[in-house]
Amino acid sequence: MPSNLEGALFVFLLATFVGFEVIRRVSPLLHTPLMSLTNAISAISLVGSIVITGAEKSQLSVILGTIAVVCSMANVVGGFVITDRMLKMFKKREPRQ
Amino acid sequence: MITTYVIQFTYVAAAALFILSLKWLGHPTTARRGVRVGELGMALAVVGTLLHTEIVSYQWILVGFVLGSAIGLPLAVFMPMTHVPQRTALSHAFGALAAALVGTSEYYLRSGELSTFTMAVLSVEVILGFLTFTGSLMAFGKLQDLVPSRPIVYQGQNAVNLSLLAAAVGCGVYLVRNPGSSALFPVVAGLSLLFGVLLLIPIGGADMPTVIALLNSDAGLSAAAMGFVLDNNLLIVAGALDGSSGFILSVIMCRAMNRSFTNVLFGGFGQVRVAAGGVEQRSARSATAEDAAAILEAASSVIIIPGYGMAVAQAQHKVRELYDALTRRGVDVKFAIHPVAGRMPGHMNVLLAEADIPYDRLVEMEEINPEFPRADVSLVIGANDVTNPAARRDKASPIYGMPILDVDKARTVMVIKRSMSPGFAGIDNELYYMQKTMMLFGDAKHFVGELVKEMTGARLGA
Repeated sequence: MPSNLEGALFVFLLATFVGFEVIRRVSPLLHTPLMSLTNAISAISLVGSIVITGAEKSQLSVILGTIAVVCSMANVVGGFVITDRMLKMFKKREPRQ
Repeated sequence: MITTYVIQFTYVAAAALFILSLKWLGHPTTARRGVRVGELGMALAVVGTLLHTEIVSYQWILVGFVLGSAIGLPLAVFMPMTHVPQRTALSHAFGALAAALVGTSEYYLRSGELSTFTMAVLSVEVILGFLTFTGSLMAFGKLQDLVPSRPIVYQGQNAVNLSLLAAAVGCGVYLVRNPGSSALFPVVAGLSLLFGVLLLIPIGGADMPTVIALLNSDAGLSAAAMGFVLDNNLLIVAGALDGSSGFILSVIMCRAMNRSFTNVLFGGFGQVRVAAGGVEQRSARSATAEDAAAILEAASSVIIIPGYGMAVAQAQHKVRELYDALTRRGVDVKFAIHPVAGRMPGHMNVLLAEADIPYDRLVEMEEINPEFPRADVSLVIGANDVTNPAARRDKASPIYGMPILDVDKARTVMVIKRSMSPGFAGIDNELYYMQKTMMLFGDAKHFVGELVKEMTGARLGA
């Protein structure tokens, strides 16, 4: 367990630094799509919800797990779709002229 | 055994793809590729997870998939772009709720065998998750006007809020020491839910960009905490990315308002200050669409300053017509974007992009400010406090020190506004009383339409 914990903290630390460096470079133009994309990505909690639901260890865990799957799935689908919808609108030159 | 490796492999690949996804999002030319890659990472991770040997039944997972898609897809496809802040707030609520519920079910399944550390992160997950859930729902309500969007403050508010949070954390700590006292768990959940509501009550509309970014960060951190509890590195990576992104955005927003986190959350900013200003009667010069159109046509460079008022009036498409009319006459038109314009980070950019305005015309504050002295006209549409010169010189002003757009430095200033009522900060805007300022009273959409009519009409007549 302690070695696992140490590894997990390392992963968290490094991912946070990578996050800072990558996200600092995102153009302010795209801050709204950035927020919806990170939202979709963090809906990876879907993975945890799936296991809890499918393992069927108790009735409570199935109920809570299913709600969690619904919520995460809504973010996964919605997040990616709306991000793409927004990005499609960002064009450089006049399309009509 | 093989499946474990397969699952691990998909997780590692997904983590790499997520990082690439955010990297590519950095620039408009590669951004859509970023979304594709993110989707691929997500699909890999989900397929990998479905192979998990602990899963005995797929029935409820499938139900969740279908229901979740049925909720998420319409929200993404049909939501008008002016409502993106609402959708974002709602998705933070979903994400946080998922984390909180997974934490809850883990607690009841494993409370006997949880190590101190796991119990501690589980408490963090649950507290952050539940408070972000109700907080985001409140933000959604305020943005959607279901809840009064003006800040509601009362005596001792901060003391109440802080003691609630302290109580929640205190119970959490007690649970860490005594994981068996499960009676306390609902208390922690309840206090966190309540704290989320109360935290958002004093937040006003113009603080939304900061608060939404902060809630984004919290939702990410609760997902990361879930990763610690479930011992899942992919969750930790994705949560940390989301957490740091929300954090960076809220720091940018705070800087753009020259305020601190504590000030935004506990400052009760934006209460209408009745006493401030209003004593001295000053006169503003009002003008008609005809006058304004004549000046705009004669200009060689125009800077348009959009604000939340433009979003409310849904004026972005009319603004594009104005942009077209001016560009056709050879006028150089740019848009000055203040970081906190609108209700979430980048809100104005999305609206103007929706109206087909090329993104290289949208210029951030630091870049556009040196251009104002050379501009013939600055046209303010639905922005107020971010243009107030008092922020530069009046030390008594509540917005003193806030970085503003140097709108007043253009040769002529035009302001489209419904009335002379003060802005969000409840203070008068000196800009409106300057010699070179023309006040254009009316609804933003209607007035911009009038301007376009004047210009195209004149051209047809000529």
